[in-house]
Amino acid sequence: MSVLKKLATSVALAGAMFGTPAFAQDDVRIAIVVKALGIGFFEAAAEGAEEAAAELGNVEIIYTGPTDTTAEGQIEVINALIAQQVDAIAISANDTDALVPALQRAMDRGITVISWDSGVAPEGRQLHLNPSSNPLIGNMIIKLAADHLPDGGEVALLSATTTSTNQNIWIDEMTAVMGDYPGIEVVATVYGDDLADKSYREATGLMQSYPDLDAIIAPTSVGIVAAAQAVVDAGKVGEVNVTGLGLPSEMAGAIESGASQSFAIWNPIDLGYSATMLAYELSQNDVEAMAGAEIPMGRMGSLTLDENNEGAMADPFVYDASNIDQFKSIF
Amino acid sequence: MTDATQDITQARHVPDRLNSRAARVFKSWEALLLAVAIAIFVVNSFASPYFLSAWNLSDATFNFTEKAMIAFAMALLIISGEIDLSVASIIALASTAMGLAVQYGAGTPELVVIGLTVGLLCGAFNGFFVTVLGLPSIVVTIGTMSLFRGISFIILGDDAFRGYPASFSWFGQGYIYWVFTVEMLLFVIIAVIYGVLLHKTNFGRAVYAIGNNPTGALFSGIRVQRVKFILFLLTGLMSGVAAICLTSRLGSTRPSIATGMELEVVTMVVLGGVNILGGSGTIPGVVIAAFVMGLVTFGLGLLNVPGIVMSIFIGLLLIGVIALPRLWVMAAARRKA
Repeated sequence: MSVLKKLATSVALAGAMFGTPAFAQDDVRIAIVVKALGIGFFEAAAEGAEEAAAELGNVEIIYTGPTDTTAEGQIEVINALIAQQVDAIAISANDTDALVPALQRAMDRGITVISWDSGVAPEGRQLHLNPSSNPLIGNMIIKLAADHLPDGGEVALLSATTTSTNQNIWIDEMTAVMGDYPGIEVVATVYGDDLADKSYREATGLMQSYPDLDAIIAPTSVGIVAAAQAVVDAGKVGEVNVTGLGLPSEMAGAIESGASQSFAIWNPIDLGYSATMLAYELSQNDVEAMAGAEIPMGRMGSLTLDENNEGAMADPFVYDASNIDQFKSIF
Repeated sequence: MTDATQDITQARHVPDRLNSRAARVFKSWEALLLAVAIAIFVVNSFASPYFLSAWNLSDATFNFTEKAMIAFAMALLIISGEIDLSVASIIALASTAMGLAVQYGAGTPELVVIGLTVGLLCGAFNGFFVTVLGLPSIVVTIGTMSLFRGISFIILGDDAFRGYPASFSWFGQGYIYWVFTVEMLLFVIIAVIYGVLLHKTNFGRAVYAIGNNPTGALFSGIRVQRVKFILFLLTGLMSGVAAICLTSRLGSTRPSIATGMELEVVTMVVLGGVNILGGSGTIPGVVIAAFVMGLVTFGLGLLNVPGIVMSIFIGLLLIGVIALPRLWVMAAARRKA
């Protein structure tokens, strides 16, 4: 009797927990799998995915992910999605390699698989959507500085470490397009090692060594914040513009104080939107992901795939006083 | 006064009770847990149209098989009054060692040997500090939890080992027959071995005795420290087996592999009715608990319930099943009064 009663209670309890899910079988179900739930960046991406779904009309977004940023957690999520026979999985991976077997199984069962933001090895997905590309970033960081220097001027670079792969590539790409920005002169490149205090000292040193300095470009989120602080402390707001790559939440103060006119980084909303559009195209419109293919992604234009089936979404998104309030709470 | 003493005795679930066999089975933890498992199965079948599919259920078993392998050894360890929180880190270290061996051209048999050996060595390391130096196991294994994974991080850093031989994928991705996976077979074999070891051998009786009263056990001629050392070895060995399965399933090794798994293993053991303070518990209980946890996570996953809600549900389930017997005893005492 008591066991029966317990059984009944458990069923009722569990029933209440589960509720009554609605199954809209006709909709195209696209799963947006993120590294972990509860991260502002990914919540914003989910917002973009919903925007794409609304535009497409018959799409249901399943926004999901593990509690911790583990590959094992994502595999459990992938297994559950395979079981539900979703139409497409768009994943930001916790591990380039460990997800490959699970995602291959998903593809074997007819599910479209793409990765975005953080990629999966080529054999585990049909395409990968990078938020931007090295040439686009290299061009953007100098453009940000040049836009506020119509008559030319002196700029200096505050990078991470001398061996930071990403920063070095971006600086090389920047150097390659310097011809497009006549009058802009790079007077120095210093390294803050991605440490707040060292970056601060290097930025202060730059302003002392080059009294006519017009802008500091820091293609690193640590350096840009430290440089902005150094400019404020040196009383050079309005004289020296700090720009580069940074996070809106950390840069909101610098934009407010005027130490930074603008900076850039990916826009997670656009990223979620584009990933959804691409997943839809591949699964519904018989678009094939192959080298050289151009796949439309709604308002974001189209994605051109390279030989690894990777593509870059767009220029890094520019944040300034007009939109910082909207994004500073997101990431 | 006497009532209170009696309550305590009952709450500790002293294994040899004077109830009739049938009553014992009916009132047992396992019966309650089995009812919960069946309820979850039924609810899941109604809640999602995708639940009752052989292939989907087969996929779902991966949610618990590796953890359960460790949980069986952990159950014995906890019954004896000790704990090992380093199991997930042992997996990381064993997996890293296997990955390293692959870079030097090791084949599948060598990899298996390496995985098991590293597991055993880690278990011996823990066992040495607990049984020879007499340190508390919770402190030792919190230390080795960082140590073992730390070594993996030093070796691998931000990198990953790949390139495992194709035949190695058999353990974590292979099928014995139809939907029955290799891991399921291992799960069953290991469950039977540990069930027999705990419930049918002198060694098993010694484990219970140590957990209930280590001093008494010592005075009745049980070599307490040796038994405990063997239990640490077994837990390490099972972590090695789990490392082989998980590495094979993922096809690569990163130092973050199996992060947080130790808590899930302990949860499974406690949910299975093993007294966290030692002295009682059964292997069938742990088997059912493994199914309960696997079914809950898979069922909720099918409904796309966010991971954090799943954790809350598992937490509530755990507190619920632990609180129930205690409430039961209190209610029974009140009825008698």
